[in-house]
Amino acid sequence: MRCGDFRQSYAEDMALFDSPLPRVLLGLLLAVLLVLPQFATTYWLDVLNRIFIAIIAAAGLNVVTGYTGLISLGTAAFLAVGGFSTAALAGKAGLPFVVVIPLSGAITALVGLVFGIPSLRLKGLYLAVATLAAHYIVEFTVTHWDSMTGGVSGISVPAAQFAGLTLENDRKIYYLIFPLMVGLLFFTKNLFRTKVGKAFVAIRDQDISAEVMGVNVFRYKLLSFAVSSFLVGVAGSLLAYQARIISPENFPITLAIDYLGMIIIGGLGSILGSIYGAIFITLLPEMLRLATDALSNQYPALMSLLAPMKSGVFGLVVILFLIFEPDGMAARWHHVKAYWKLYPFSY
Amino acid sequence: MEFFLQLLLNGIVVGSIYSLVGLGFVVIYKSTSVLNFAQGEFLVLGAYVCLTMMVKYQIPFVPAFLITLVFSAVLGILTERLILRPMIGEPVISLIMVTLGLSSLLKAIIQGIWGTELQPFPDIFPAQPVHLGPLPVAQGYIYSMAGVAVLLVIFTLFFKYTRSGVAMRATAFSQQVSLSMGISVKRIFALAWSIAAVVSAVGGVLLAGIRGGLDGAMAFFGLKVIPVVILGGLDSIAGAIVGGPIMGILENLAGGYLDPLVGGGAKEVAPFVVLVLILSVKPYGLFGKVKIERV
Repeated sequence: MRCGDFRQSYAEDMALFDSPLPRVLLGLLLAVLLVLPQFATTYWLDVLNRIFIAIIAAAGLNVVTGYTGLISLGTAAFLAVGGFSTAALAGKAGLPFVVVIPLSGAITALVGLVFGIPSLRLKGLYLAVATLAAHYIVEFTVTHWDSMTGGVSGISVPAAQFAGLTLENDRKIYYLIFPLMVGLLFFTKNLFRTKVGKAFVAIRDQDISAEVMGVNVFRYKLLSFAVSSFLVGVAGSLLAYQARIISPENFPITLAIDYLGMIIIGGLGSILGSIYGAIFITLLPEMLRLATDALSNQYPALMSLLAPMKSGVFGLVVILFLIFEPDGMAARWHHVKAYWKLYPFSY
Repeated sequence: MEFFLQLLLNGIVVGSIYSLVGLGFVVIYKSTSVLNFAQGEFLVLGAYVCLTMMVKYQIPFVPAFLITLVFSAVLGILTERLILRPMIGEPVISLIMVTLGLSSLLKAIIQGIWGTELQPFPDIFPAQPVHLGPLPVAQGYIYSMAGVAVLLVIFTLFFKYTRSGVAMRATAFSQQVSLSMGISVKRIFALAWSIAAVVSAVGGVLLAGIRGGLDGAMAFFGLKVIPVVILGGLDSIAGAIVGGPIMGILENLAGGYLDPLVGGGAKEVAPFVVLVLILSVKPYGLFGKVKIERV
């Protein structure tokens, strides 16, 4: 039994896993997830895919909001940019997904920078306001650029294909989304063990101190925003490949708020938090639907309340988390673990 | 020319309501440094309460309107007490997110009670248009503009001369100094939120009266006020008053002249384009306090 946290070298302090057990457990979890599609129903495959995509985007948002302390309301817009870039690159240009996905991410990062540059020069909530503007401008563009985006009626996206391989259903595309998610999460996790990631955190904690210590605040803020938009763009691209048809309606401002909710509920500045939050918020409507389906025999009126219930429960959960557990589920989980680790001698 | 004048007039009328709702926005931001993303829901909720009073309980407009104001004031105080008070001292992201959460929650309550369909709003203004020169002007426009003007004057006087108003300005200047001078900052915060809720409700009722109908989509108005207050300066009441009509005119002109070219939607997006421009040129707005905090 461990009774404390002893670290004797920097290498130990930086290690991703502090003991062999989590490494084994994570390996097992990944193995289970790898074979899961063989047993899951189509419905749950769809849900799983959407959770994984949400995890990528939430991790992206967490890079800029959780780790660098800049608030972005543009997640939905950047998802849309990624998605519609994919529709154009894969549909019109017929490129394979190994090219399309990184390219969509890069396009999104560029669009993000256009809106980021003016506001990143200023402190406080200006990025939030600028990204809100970005949302409406992007929404307007995708709604009206008919030749490229199909306008309000949306556009269909061809199945992801590469070298004779076509990923036309949820079961197949799972094997694209899942490894990509794992890879990107490891990338993000490792980012915060490097100089760049530490600079982001330094800016969040005290920008003046960061500047004094030689961090070029503007450059790193911009970099953080670009990395974040890139990840969100990749998620948008996967979303397009998975849904196979996207329209501007898929990316309302409430989606951006949902993503902010994910990282608040999961935990700001925590990769694990992005995962918990994404799972929670993606499953919330599904669970509510299951619950109303079960209860609709007794209370038929419940069906019409489904949409408001989703938004109400979401709002309530966000408010309660902010008031009672501002560090999110990741911190709560940490507390629970710490409690049992030292039980019954918690002092 | 007449088309232009009509657009101008529409812009001024809608802009005056922007000013009113923007005033609520600024009052909250100034005294509590919170950007209230639930302003639009306050507006819709106020309008729905007024509608319910008039249609369901058959109360005449004036008393129904007064009930709405009282309801909104209580709503503002409750919001501050239950949701914002525990958040004092939390980082900006938490403050923004809590108002976004509140907006989701209120949206759900509104949808749950009143549904999503457009409901006709009783004619609170005489239908007969008045002729201003060559221009027929709906009486609702004149009433609402006059109402907004009166309210704005009242609030300006309130902030300038009354005890509470001066205390609010002091709190906005420095919370610590106000506390040491014996001002109850908590009371000021509650006052700020109730003022914001009340002006939003007035804006909502006027807007619903002009449009003749009411639905949840009107909450979008709350977000469109953000460009207005950024233009005027986030912490400037004068800025909100001036910024409203400017933005109203601008979006109506954009809607009138650009919509045929781009196929609609220019009116909705124009304020946000302007917002990005302001942020890159003059981020503290026309009258905002310039804090040089570049990074």
